[in-house]
Amino acid sequence: MTPDLQGFELDADIADIGSHDPVSAVLDALGQAFGVVTEPGAPGSGARQHTWLDTFDWRLNRAGLVLEYEHKNRGGRLLLTRNEVLQAEQPVSGWRSGRPRLAEDLPAGPVRDQILKLASPRALLPMATASGSLSVTRLLNADGKTVARLVVDRETVTRADQAVQLPPRMTIAEVRGYPGQARRAARLLAETPGVSPARQTAFLEALHALGRHPDDYSNGVTTEITAQMPASVAVATLLLGLLDTVEQNVDGVLRDIDTEFLHDLRVASRRTRSAIKLLGDVLPDGLAAPYAAEFKWLGDLTTPTRDLDVHLLGFDAMAAQLVAASPADLEPFRAFLARRRTREFRRLAAGLRSPRFRALTDDWRKALTEVRDAGRPRKGPTADELAVSRTGRMYRRVIALGGAITADSAPESLHNLRKRCKELRYVLEFFAPLHDPVAYRKVVGDLKQLQDCLGEFQDDEVQRHEIGALADEMLAEHAAPAATLLAMGEIAANLAHSQAEARADFAQRFTRFAGPTEQQRVHDLLDRPVQ
Amino acid sequence: MKIFATYNIKGGVGKTTAAVNLSYLSAVDGYRTLLWDLDPQGAASFLFRIKPRVKGGGKALLRGTKALDDAIKGTDFEHLDLLPADFTYRNMDLLLDDKDKKPTRQIAQLLRPLAGEYDHVFLDCPPSISLVSENVMHAADVLLVPLIPTTLSVRTLDQLTEFVAGFDGRQPEILAFFSMVDRRKRLHQEIKEKLLAERPGVAATPIPALSLIERMSVERAPVTAFAPRSQAALAFRALWAEISDDKKTVTDE
Repeated sequence: MTPDLQGFELDADIADIGSHDPVSAVLDALGQAFGVVTEPGAPGSGARQHTWLDTFDWRLNRAGLVLEYEHKNRGGRLLLTRNEVLQAEQPVSGWRSGRPRLAEDLPAGPVRDQILKLASPRALLPMATASGSLSVTRLLNADGKTVARLVVDRETVTRADQAVQLPPRMTIAEVRGYPGQARRAARLLAETPGVSPARQTAFLEALHALGRHPDDYSNGVTTEITAQMPASVAVATLLLGLLDTVEQNVDGVLRDIDTEFLHDLRVASRRTRSAIKLLGDVLPDGLAAPYAAEFKWLGDLTTPTRDLDVHLLGFDAMAAQLVAASPADLEPFRAFLARRRTREFRRLAAGLRSPRFRALTDDWRKALTEVRDAGRPRKGPTADELAVSRTGRMYRRVIALGGAITADSAPESLHNLRKRCKELRYVLEFFAPLHDPVAYRKVVGDLKQLQDCLGEFQDDEVQRHEIGALADEMLAEHAAPAATLLAMGEIAANLAHSQAEARADFAQRFTRFAGPTEQQRVHDLLDRPVQ
Repeated sequence: MKIFATYNIKGGVGKTTAAVNLSYLSAVDGYRTLLWDLDPQGAASFLFRIKPRVKGGGKALLRGTKALDDAIKGTDFEHLDLLPADFTYRNMDLLLDDKDKKPTRQIAQLLRPLAGEYDHVFLDCPPSISLVSENVMHAADVLLVPLIPTTLSVRTLDQLTEFVAGFDGRQPEILAFFSMVDRRKRLHQEIKEKLLAERPGVAATPIPALSLIERMSVERAPVTAFAPRSQAALAFRALWAEISDDKKTVTDE
């Protein structure tokens, strides 16, 4: 079988042999069938530097896309590929790729068009930078005609202060009209000792060399727990995973790279509080309680900035809904939100840099690590026993609370149900590795529909009250023209309308969630843990 | 896509030399360029070290775009492809004389689908006046006519101008240039100066008769590629600058 023309590499042990140029063996092999002429200055050859970009949570990679910034003396260009096939490219001038940049701040162009929806509101971060040289060797037939080219890519990858040399990568480039010769060259290349098909793409190779892999960050619960693990060890492991997520996001929050660092930090912190509340009793006595208070402090510290982020992120969509007022009327409100955010962010940053936060994370990690490493306690349940008992308990609680809600119930009752649903969701996620994946997806799908309705209701309620409070503050600061207040009033009215719709929808959604088929799914899930 | 054709009824006046060097310079400027060697002798194909052979011959080419697409070969130079000559082209007149199609428009129709792929196409025509040359004149936007500065050559140019003026509808622009100019011959200088003064449509840059240009058949490459700083290469560059639309893209590499 003829190998692909692309993606050969020299084995690492051969690539490392002292001053001997490992590519010369390849040239000797090709020289048996072709004239071989290395061309300095051939098109596409010479020094090059490029940086791979993705969001912190690898959104492009998860969508099968690779984004590269190619450095040029004057500006550079972005190349978007899928399976090493170019999808789009565009020039980008004046961008230092070492600095994060929001996807929406890219200049208009086909790359921006393809990634904007996927990446927003996240920033594009440099994942690895490679520099080196490309050399081109012409392969000639008996007439001295170039019938294929060997392209050798020698690169060193760098990230922060690491620099690692990659094995040379080789490609046979076909010359139009000579496909057979290119295949012949690829066969010779593949047969050369020390040459093998590249095991992974250049990007993965570069990440691997830096000790990283794509998806080394996810905002989901990714802890590996097993059914027979002691519950205390499983919970400590789970909480350590959540602490990792908190800590991974701190730098991005402090550098204010994009809004989602804070969002992910808050979600991990909220999950931690729920885990302490719902599962903390399996940890040694008195261990978790003080930290519950500290994570509450962390939540309160981060809430004002996040609330303002939510207003600002949804601002344009909100303004677009205006009918009576003009979107321009809202601009003073936007400016007020931005000023307020600057102020709140300073408080948040000071909190995250404080000894209190450092003590929280350090002490919490130490305490959890001790539990995890202590192994099996003398008594106590296993992880699957804990999963079944706590998930069942949370589920029954949600059913009872939701069933008691009538058309006349106060908004607080829905808010309370929302919080319990969130806790049920967290417990499901914590123990996800123990459940049958199909049954798990069905139960979470049912729950998610109910959560969406409750979330809509509660978010509208909160935002409406906040807009009222912000209007008061703008008035007090003499920063509120009448037209702006009227526009804000219209927004509040829209929110009230949408909230009423969510309220009207609730009974139907809950009836469906609590229906016999759905209840049976939960029983099936808890009856059949997979491990 | 802009189509240039080098044409003269006479042979040995520098058509192929011009087609090879001008198409190379077009590619150097970054234009995606195709050179079609229509001459069954295959001199342009030889100069690019490409075998003068097309699968199925001229007949297959005239049948459709697929065969044309398959026959195109990459040259050693970036952005420059070549559609090779084939010995069956000697019968091209017969092949073109198809009663079901417009016999004088077949080459133009064949090239049309290549518009997305190439910015410039150069047609290197065999000498003679025939159905092939008439097809080429209908397909071309610019007819590049090499002239050896002699009285007879001037007459030929007049005849060609008159012939093209008789076309219905679209007519190619005619741009003559002096070729194989011998500075030592007084007659060459006189005719060159007279024609430049009296006629529009004549390029100011002459291509001198130089042994280095003849050396192309030894080097099997455009003189503009193997001796880019030579007097011959500079002359072709200056001529290309006159011909090409965007003169700013011509650099002094």
